[in-house]
Amino acid sequence: MSAEPGRRAGGGNGKPFDVVGRTHERREARGHVTGSTVYIDDVSYPRMCHMKAVRSPVPHARVNGIDFSEAEKVPGYVTGLTADDVPKNVYTILCLIGVEPDEENVLAEERVRYVGEPIAVVVCETEEAAFEAAAKVKLDLEELPAVFDVEEALESDAPIVTHWGTNYFVYEGHHCRRVRYGDAPAAREQADRVISGRYQLSPIEHAPVEPTGCIAKPEADGRVTVHTNTQAIFFSLDNTAIILQCPPHKLRFVGGTVGGGFGGKVDVIVEPLATLAAMKTGRPIKYVYTREEEMQVSSTRSASRLYVTDGVNDDGTIVSREVTTYHDAGAYSRHSPYGCTKHAANAAGPYTIPNVSVDVHCVYTNRTPSSAMRGFGVTEASFALEMQMDRVARELGVDPWELRLRHAYRNGDDRPYRKTTEDATLVETIQAAAELAGVELSAELRAMSSDDRAGKGVAG
Amino acid sequence: MAANARAISFELNGESVAALAKPLETLQSVLREQLGMTGTKAGCRQGGCGSCTVHVDGEPTLSCLVPVEHVADREVTTIEGLGSAEEPSPLQAAFHEGFATQCGFCSPGMIAVASALLERNPDPTPEEIGEALAGNVCRCTGIAPIIAAVEDAAARMREGEEVRT
Repeated sequence: MSAEPGRRAGGGNGKPFDVVGRTHERREARGHVTGSTVYIDDVSYPRMCHMKAVRSPVPHARVNGIDFSEAEKVPGYVTGLTADDVPKNVYTILCLIGVEPDEENVLAEERVRYVGEPIAVVVCETEEAAFEAAAKVKLDLEELPAVFDVEEALESDAPIVTHWGTNYFVYEGHHCRRVRYGDAPAAREQADRVISGRYQLSPIEHAPVEPTGCIAKPEADGRVTVHTNTQAIFFSLDNTAIILQCPPHKLRFVGGTVGGGFGGKVDVIVEPLATLAAMKTGRPIKYVYTREEEMQVSSTRSASRLYVTDGVNDDGTIVSREVTTYHDAGAYSRHSPYGCTKHAANAAGPYTIPNVSVDVHCVYTNRTPSSAMRGFGVTEASFALEMQMDRVARELGVDPWELRLRHAYRNGDDRPYRKTTEDATLVETIQAAAELAGVELSAELRAMSSDDRAGKGVAG
Repeated sequence: MAANARAISFELNGESVAALAKPLETLQSVLREQLGMTGTKAGCRQGGCGSCTVHVDGEPTLSCLVPVEHVADREVTTIEGLGSAEEPSPLQAAFHEGFATQCGFCSPGMIAVASALLERNPDPTPEEIGEALAGNVCRCTGIAPIIAAVEDAAARMREGEEVRT
């Protein structure tokens, strides 16, 4: 394919640019449309066993006993695993980037903290037998009071979810992730008016059409090959090695074909147990969620609650923004501590406001753990702040396009998290959106650009 | 294999096949586990997602809900029987070229339903295509390029040739 003149600019290697503006075949798509792409559920081995989890039916309970005696009588029963079988049963996924403490059990130890938390797994010759055996494992659970609301969880008499005694993640000694820029409370006091809003998201399930799962196959050389639909294959490999306390080179992870992920296949949940069972039995192990498990047990986007308070002058300038967010991590950290940090950085929105104060509480409750999902942390902020921008515009009686364009961050603006804006395109994006929406912007607003500070504020 | 298993024979993608089926074993299970036809996907195994759709005597059928006895001596067509990587059907080519597949997991079921639609209606409206695909869940591509691909395939089939854009 020869490049057209003008496409020849080339990168550092001197090759012509010939991608933009042309249709290129997606290499894997031919397999997708003819049914020949191999997903993990399509992999099978002789003597492969099936694994199913025994899950908590209640949101919070003490685990007093696990009885396999009836399950062991199911024809085809091979083995069962509990917390005692897992070499390092307490972990947290982001230990790989230094997040502490380890707090989630691979299999529950003394407590379960959400509906569907795995307490044991069974391994059987067939999937039907595994379902039956899992159903016949008897649990002795002593139910405990549970908490489902982020603000109730922070009250002094709330049931405590975590093992360290508070229902919040500790950020470098602080009870929440904080951003302080200028003096927001003082600026609010001086402002002509205060405009506040409370915004609440519900948890969202990723609902991939392909359920989460993996197949772990022991090899003759002592390694284990793991076919997985993880979105993060080295997260999965490294965490599996840590949980199983085995050298990473003993594990060979095969992936890359994911039947929908959206962040829901970033947690490391199925691989450690399937690999452990493969090592213990010497047989290939298949562990794939049912649709019910995918919907009930796999993590969600967090249910965040945001309180936004803006100090606003009658000339249409937002002089302060204070945001308090309660991020529902559910029962365990997963990716939530990181999501809250991203949220804190973005909680003022893509707007230049001279005084910003942000408190993001990463809160533990007895709900399904929340974790990664498409822009998590940031998306929740955008949802609330764009509604807040509309609220401010409505209360001031100004055009919401104009309010956004006047406050949109420009190149050279300092962000509340102490970074100087580069390569901003927000002004141009809003202008293009207005055009597509058939909204006529004034000549002044059309003349704004990301390199132009003149449009900022009425007095600017 | 259980003693009460039954031998079931049917026609699969134009060839006669037989399987020893457990009582109430689904067509999906026989196709995937016994016959190696893994193009038929298992997204929910409760008739909710449409990814396991195959043709039984030309009619789109949820293979996860149908006991294999149901298809004894009948004709079953799976995604593998509709075309191949070397010779894709017009629908497969249109899905491929029109970016109507992303993760690909729903695509075999989508194409199975759409091909049955185009058999009965060679020139469907976007609304008719949307209605036909209402039982098939796509979580990433988005339904718009899928409907456009079905329209594109219908045009190719009416003209009797592939119209490459």
